[in-house]
Amino acid sequence: MGQGTGIGRVRGLGSAKHGSHHWIVQRLTALGNLTLTLWLLFSIVTLTNFEHETLAAWLSQISVAVPMILMLISVFWHLKLGMQVMIEDYVSDTALRLIALTLLNFYAFGGAIFGIFIVAKLAFTGVAS
Amino acid sequence: MSQNKSRPLSPHLGVYRWGPAMLVSIINRVVGNALATVGALALLWWLYAISTGPEALDYLKSWFDFYYLGYIILVGITWSFFQHLFGGIRHLVMDAGAGYELNGNKFWSMMTFVAAISATGLVWAYILTSMLEA
Repeated sequence: MGQGTGIGRVRGLGSAKHGSHHWIVQRLTALGNLTLTLWLLFSIVTLTNFEHETLAAWLSQISVAVPMILMLISVFWHLKLGMQVMIEDYVSDTALRLIALTLLNFYAFGGAIFGIFIVAKLAFTGVAS
Repeated sequence: MSQNKSRPLSPHLGVYRWGPAMLVSIINRVVGNALATVGALALLWWLYAISTGPEALDYLKSWFDFYYLGYIILVGITWSFFQHLFGGIRHLVMDAGAGYELNGNKFWSMMTFVAAISATGLVWAYILTSMLEA
């Protein structure tokens, strides 16, 4: 394995020069989560009850749907980066690690898109039933 | 990535005496992954139930009657959330290069647990008192 020597870089094992990107995005999404989850907490406690009618009207507002979608993006991005580190640390088998990271990507993208879609659907078209 | 098993390994976690800094660090990872799975799925389920209709939301609420299972999960998520929040703030402060002095580090590590448990208690005291009034 290359230790940053010429031959190591030739084999594609040297630094790719973007090692800090993951670290920085994890911090940026952490700040996004901090702001947006606290918004959600304070927004929820102002609700008078948790009946369906109240919640649907609350979530349909622009002032709730937009930060909720932003929160879903920030949360799923952050959890994808965090779980990736856990898998890379604890799953040493190359094949298992590849499978786990693939499933993680499916989960993170699938979960985020699912959440964004249902919030937008409710805001645009209301409750289906 | 072949490894010669007969070569000695450098000392790992097992050789260190446990302290608050190690605990808050590993707990941050554990609760983070709990939030990433149970917490995120619960959030999606709740949003789905709101956008689908009253029956879907009633089914979600039925979990709160089933041996308090919904409450147990939600209290767990609340505590995990605050532990990850305060543990995360601690990490952001340390990323800025502050808080590495031994006594201060130990103190603020322990404070993340105190703050997380207090915040969880406050939120649930608020929820339970509003439920009693309703």
